[in-house]
Amino acid sequence: MTAKPTTEFNLNCPVPRVADDRIVLAHGGGGRLTHQLIERIFMPAFGNPMLEQRHDGAVLAVNGSRLAFTTDSFVVRPLIFPGGTIGDLAVYGTVNDLAMCGARPLYLSAGFILEEGLAMDTLRTVVASMQEAATKAGIQLVTGDTKVVDKGKGDGIFVNTSGIGLIEANVKQTIGPASVQVGDAVIVSGDLGRHGVAILSVREGLEFESPILSDTASVWPAVEALLNAGIEVHCLRDLTRGGLATTLNEIASDRNVCIKLEESLIPVQETVQSACEILGLDPLYVANEGRFAVFVPGAQADAALEVMCRVPVSEVSVRIGKVEQAPGGTVVLQSRIGGNRVVDMLSGEQLPRIC
Amino acid sequence: MKFLSEYRDQKAAEQLAQQIWKKVTRPWTIMEICGGQTHTIVKNGLEDLLPRDITLVHGPGCPVCVTPIELIDKAVAIAQRPEVIFCSFGDMLRVPGSTKSLFDAKAEGADVRIVYSPLDALKLARTNPDRQVVFFAVGFETTAPANAMAAWQADHDHIENFSLLVSHVLVPPAMEALLSSSNCVVQGFLAAGHVCTVMGYEEYFPIAEKYKVPIVVTGFEPLDILDGILMTVSQLEEGRHEVENQYARATRREGNRPAQERIIEVFEVVNRQWRGLGEIPASGFQLRGRFQKYDANRRFAFTGTPAQESPECISGLILQGIKKPHECPAFAVKCTPENPLGAPMVSSEGACAAYYHYGRRQNHDRQTNDRVQPELSGTPSR
Amino acid sequence: MCLAVPGRVVEIMDDGDIAFRRGRVDFGGIRKEINLAYVPEAEVGKYVLVHVGFAISVIDEEEAQRVFQYLEELGGLQEEFGEIPQ
Repeated sequence: MTAKPTTEFNLNCPVPRVADDRIVLAHGGGGRLTHQLIERIFMPAFGNPMLEQRHDGAVLAVNGSRLAFTTDSFVVRPLIFPGGTIGDLAVYGTVNDLAMCGARPLYLSAGFILEEGLAMDTLRTVVASMQEAATKAGIQLVTGDTKVVDKGKGDGIFVNTSGIGLIEANVKQTIGPASVQVGDAVIVSGDLGRHGVAILSVREGLEFESPILSDTASVWPAVEALLNAGIEVHCLRDLTRGGLATTLNEIASDRNVCIKLEESLIPVQETVQSACEILGLDPLYVANEGRFAVFVPGAQADAALEVMCRVPVSEVSVRIGKVEQAPGGTVVLQSRIGGNRVVDMLSGEQLPRIC
Repeated sequence: MKFLSEYRDQKAAEQLAQQIWKKVTRPWTIMEICGGQTHTIVKNGLEDLLPRDITLVHGPGCPVCVTPIELIDKAVAIAQRPEVIFCSFGDMLRVPGSTKSLFDAKAEGADVRIVYSPLDALKLARTNPDRQVVFFAVGFETTAPANAMAAWQADHDHIENFSLLVSHVLVPPAMEALLSSSNCVVQGFLAAGHVCTVMGYEEYFPIAEKYKVPIVVTGFEPLDILDGILMTVSQLEEGRHEVENQYARATRREGNRPAQERIIEVFEVVNRQWRGLGEIPASGFQLRGRFQKYDANRRFAFTGTPAQESPECISGLILQGIKKPHECPAFAVKCTPENPLGAPMVSSEGACAAYYHYGRRQNHDRQTNDRVQPELSGTPSR
Repeated sequence: MCLAVPGRVVEIMDDGDIAFRRGRVDFGGIRKEINLAYVPEAEVGKYVLVHVGFAISVIDEEEAQRVFQYLEELGGLQEEFGEIPQ
């Protein structure tokens, strides 16, 4: 029996969804919806020149010194994962945000929202890992707060850390997206995707022959080395939610430049790649914790790499691309196989593919 | 990863592309059926390696895209029941129904969970005896053995609080429907490799014969696609219209017999609505016999007004390969992944999503200066 | 839905009925428990194609070489791999 000819097909299309009357998980994903939320709700309410910089932290001029000030909240689940806990994540996360401003991290605050029924042992483990991280990062936790909410109203522990850092006198330039220029080289400080995969592996019940550990760590030593070596650092950016792709899209969009990447140069460990294959994830979009991207003038790329590779946290640094003029506002990837493709901003949460 | 990474080798890709250039003497239009293949093509910019004479069009290879809107509405209604744990593959969550998607329902408090396998959903039923666990069984024939096994194991172990909302669609009837349409532009097919891994490719012989089109069972990695295109082009140039198997490392002519037996035990073939294409006879599965008790369609009464779809998105034309996503007036303007007007923009395998995500905002691949016969690279360029 | 990934069988657990036959499969360093009901011929050390938690085919290793042999005949692949990929 022949099928009914489909020349008179129905142009079926659903009514467009009512937009934006509720928060969805994707608003926290770090991608497009997060940015929309910031632009539509927070900026109009709070807008001021400092906030409008839209960098990882705010740089404040106080009595002749430049301080960096930042805040970050941590809601990761599970609380304890291969390579870390919500605690050291909270310390390193804020420490790294300060480092991304070119500031030496000095002091942190920690605010805890604890859920009724949380095991005291869990809290002890988390706090111990925070202290260890603080010591390693060379910062002090100087003030804090604790609240408890009813059972069912919080995921065990939520943590907020805020931090203050000092931009040393020898750092003359403004480090931020505004300083990125055509001709800059793009360098990443290590292989991608470990943190996101470490978290997902627990949630998805993946076993590893040798476990993938989160890469959570302080990146300040690498930044400090770059600054002390006199490298002209234009911009530093960590690669957390939304991964490398999202970070680079933000910068490309801010500066209306094209960031051109070479797929074959982007470092991803084999097991991480395998996990991404199975889970249907793209490593470019997976969160990293102890990794950052740095923009330096093309001519200084080799020198920058040399400096970074001598520091343990960035010993596998690699140049992955460069900044070009056009097409503005895009990130373009030259694929291993053939042509180029645009690397878009993450839209929504990265849902594991099955198909 | 073995049997995966080596099929992404650049040198080999260039060699295959060279062979295609050598073969082609006139224009040909080739369709790949499966969304996974569309994804590979767009993600790797494979069209940039091909001569301009080859036009690749993307078929209705996305079961998410072709799931009728009524079923999405039904899924949402079921998910919103307090006793239900609604399980699904990730792709289905963002597809818009008449008023909302499963993701929206989740935001409003419905217990919607993403699972990797239907057996995960069955496990939830075992560990939550006081809840009703419903699994959204969407897919081509590839996923049918897994869903059949979930139903079979549920029956074997007397698990009552489990059901399947079935939206299985079959590829060969869709191919026939496309080929019999007077709009059909397709001259050769890359058949969906994993569908054929399960079902075999016996069914394609009469189709190839009747419509005089070459059909090449093709895999999903860049080398597979290029190899499949080479085989298809060779047939077209030589005037043949046969069924060939590029994906022989994973697919045999008879397919997977134990899987087929389980499918026949659990499912029967029925007519099915394809969103964007209309009804295609004998193109879907539904639960049969003693497994009907696991049909969520029967278990949950559904009272709702029939879905009204406003004709704005042209997904029908896209799914038939007649238009490319960037030719839709709404593409990337009103219709984006955050605000999709149709399923092809939502599903990660949908053609519109692939085009949007990988930057095909305009007719990028047909620019003169981009299209050169590839030289074999000597030493790596860096 | 089409995403299927090849992995190597490292262990097989038989649980009575073939429907419950499971295996531990290694995907480039990651191990997952997979249902092997549909590949009764699968053995430890063989590669299977896995889709949504089920093995749907055993990889034919000879056929897997076909495209590389073809390209090798065309020349130029030797220097890339050194030997035909194993």
